Amino acid sequence: MTGRASLPAPQHLMADAFLTLNHISKSFAGVQALDDVSLVVKPGEAHCLVGENGSGKSTLIKIIAGVVTPDSGDIVINGRSFQRLYPMDAIREGIQVIYQDFSLFPNLTVAENIALNYQLSRNVRVVRWGQVHQIAQTALDKIGVRLPLDVEVESISVADKQLVAICRALVQNARLIIMDEATTALTEKEIRALFRVIRNVQQEGVAVLFVSHKLNEVLEIADKVMIIRNGRVVVDTDVASLDRSKLTYYMTGRQIEEADYDYRPTNEQPLLEVRHLSSRGNFEDISFALRPGEILGITGLLGSGRTELALSLFGVLPVDSGEILIDGQPAHVRDIQSAIHHGIGYVPEDRLTEGLFLDQSISRNIVIRTIDTLTRPGGLLSISQVNRQVRYWVEQLSIKTHDPELPAKSLSGGNQQRVVLAKWLASKPRILILNGPTVGVDVGSKMELHEIIKNLAREGIGILVISDDIPELLHLCNRILLMRRGRVAGVFDRPEITEAELTARLTEATSMARPAG
Amino acid sequence: MLKRILSRQETLVGVTLLALCLTIGFINPVFWTPGNWFDLARSATVTGIFAIGVLVVLISGGIDVSFTAIAVFAMYTTTVIMNNIGFGGGMFAFFLMSAGIGVVLGLINAFFIARFRLPTLIVTLGTQSLFRGFLLFVIGSKIIRDLPPGMAEYSGAFLFTVTDSRGITVGLHSAVLFLVGVAILAQIILRYTMLGRSIYALGGSREAAERAGFNIAHTQVFIYAFVGLLAGLAGMIYGGLNRQANAQDIVGQELDVIAATVLGGASITGGRGSVIGTLLGVTLVTVLSNSLILMGIPSIWQRVVIGAIIIIGTAVPAIRALRAGRRANVEIEPVLAEQRS
Repeated sequence: MTGRASLPAPQHLMADAFLTLNHISKSFAGVQALDDVSLVVKPGEAHCLVGENGSGKSTLIKIIAGVVTPDSGDIVINGRSFQRLYPMDAIREGIQVIYQDFSLFPNLTVAENIALNYQLSRNVRVVRWGQVHQIAQTALDKIGVRLPLDVEVESISVADKQLVAICRALVQNARLIIMDEATTALTEKEIRALFRVIRNVQQEGVAVLFVSHKLNEVLEIADKVMIIRNGRVVVDTDVASLDRSKLTYYMTGRQIEEADYDYRPTNEQPLLEVRHLSSRGNFEDISFALRPGEILGITGLLGSGRTELALSLFGVLPVDSGEILIDGQPAHVRDIQSAIHHGIGYVPEDRLTEGLFLDQSISRNIVIRTIDTLTRPGGLLSISQVNRQVRYWVEQLSIKTHDPELPAKSLSGGNQQRVVLAKWLASKPRILILNGPTVGVDVGSKMELHEIIKNLAREGIGILVISDDIPELLHLCNRILLMRRGRVAGVFDRPEITEAELTARLTEATSMARPAG
Repeated sequence: MLKRILSRQETLVGVTLLALCLTIGFINPVFWTPGNWFDLARSATVTGIFAIGVLVVLISGGIDVSFTAIAVFAMYTTTVIMNNIGFGGGMFAFFLMSAGIGVVLGLINAFFIARFRLPTLIVTLGTQSLFRGFLLFVIGSKIIRDLPPGMAEYSGAFLFTVTDSRGITVGLHSAVLFLVGVAILAQIILRYTMLGRSIYALGGSREAAERAGFNIAHTQVFIYAFVGLLAGLAGMIYGGLNRQANAQDIVGQELDVIAATVLGGASITGGRGSVIGTLLGVTLVTVLSNSLILMGIPSIWQRVVIGAIIIIGTAVPAIRALRAGRRANVEIEPVLAEQRS
């Protein structure tokens, strides 16, 4: 199911544009966010909006949603021209934005989440629960999805939350659904399912404006692609005329040739060796070795035990049996402190909640791991040493900020990830575990992060990369470990496996992976 | 479905309550006499009305510690005014005035919370001192025992009386009707009106509620005015039942009321809670404190026992939630049906 099922557009969908933006410009405090942008979206069309962080994508979405008013240009929806579009107009005309965080109510049921906004916009004052269920069920049927109606949204998976958000949009008679970075938190399998849903929605004549960083997704789902860079439209064309390298070029404005990691095998003693490691309910009988300079990829679907394995190596999740050897010596990694003591660093999957103090400054985030070494005699903090270290890492990892005293949340995804890396690198780890190192990071930044990772390995650090981004793994790793249901399902040396093969092996498990025992 | 009912805090509290009643009744059969139950109902009325107000605030993700100050302010001020004008009418007018004063004071809370988006705890801590200080300094601080006639007679307003085998006449006080009415009203508002659902929505995610188009300020004005209304009402009932107006009273009970509400399943972080749970929580705490005397436990120990019950009662669901969260990591399974063909 990797090929794009091309839809023969029904006749009535070939009709006029649903949304037309003519020569939209917008500047914020003298900075040109959008410059003469025009866009046409037809009913039932999947339009992808692609661009790096800061390219003006989010401003464009906000203009369509009526949250931001353009300085010039006009907006035509359904043949009606709007000089000034208010959010309520946009909603009434059938424009629905699904934000990255979904804006759901975790404490309410699936049914109520789907129906609530609709009932609110219809000025319903008395809640009839039968009606709520009926509205929700109708929406779920429309996209061909089965979800329990009476379960609180808090307890369902991210992928299901997204479906709830889509249903909520459909209930409001959406004609255009804008999905902002919809796939960031999803696994391969869930993305497939989402794409099926999107095609179903398209069949109903609903247009989808899909904002994404991930090029292979763009190529798969889109009918048309619009790429913007620095607020200008670089290209707006049918997807058929694009491929990955063209997309990358248009997005970044540079021809990026990524060289795969050039690992030269050595016979040095492994930095880290794992023998028959098991953690009941999470993973079983895992063995591998990681030598200096190696980048070992660990992949598998969600629930395959890949993250749990990483957490065990970092001392978070206890193991039941098996051995961890560091430098050939058995090591007891009981907790995070002992993992750090053994020179292990871990960059977590979700940098926003696990990796960064978002409200604290960039510099504080960088030095947090090593603050106890940056002292003067007597134990007081040495500001000059702190500043030196911060300057060093900002430069080394080219963190783009004009002031490291700004809060970490002021940075883009790619730069935030660099701060997390800097934090660990400052403590000079010998083994680095990177869980989803480029999730939610745009293409340009991603490549720069890849360069950083490769350079670290060249310096002799052993790196574990956990990811389900197959091209990334093939590019970075010299060896890839595939996990399924908590077990090793295969080990591949990079030159010997192709992207298609690995993707096939990854999605082979038809039922959701679930650890035995 | 059964599992979901069993895992609810309400069920847990209900079962505990039942077990407690059976135990106490076994130790001291006086527990099952109508007199004791009428007494319990009387004790639970004021706390229960307060707790319903607290419930609504907690669901919205806020907290209110000023309601006791509002209650005593409204009750005492009403008594003073009625005494001064020599009002000779019935109790209804007292309730009306006291509740009205409560609403006004609640609106002061709402003003700071909705208009300036100040943290609810800070605002209500401030207004608690403010209302109480104003009451004691400006209105008066003496205990009034010489009550207006309507209020003085209220303590005898029984729904019905029974005479037990020993010839003692006991009655169920009509104030309990207020608790029943308030509970039904709150249940209807919370469960069946958009206003009520907006309170849950606000407590679940303020941002999502704003994006959905809820008028958060309106919701908050309602919440704090409603709490004020209930506080004014409960304060007046308290004064009537005790046959005195004491300006030093009531304030200090707020944490016990909040604890009983949380024990009944309301989440301190917002978004969760039910009327039935709150009533069970209040009943449990009331039965416990009344019955410790029946069981012959020294009154000094009462607060220790109640504190322990509250900690255990709120810790059990928290621990269960933690466990469930850990399991969820490996049990995630999308419930996607195959594409319709």
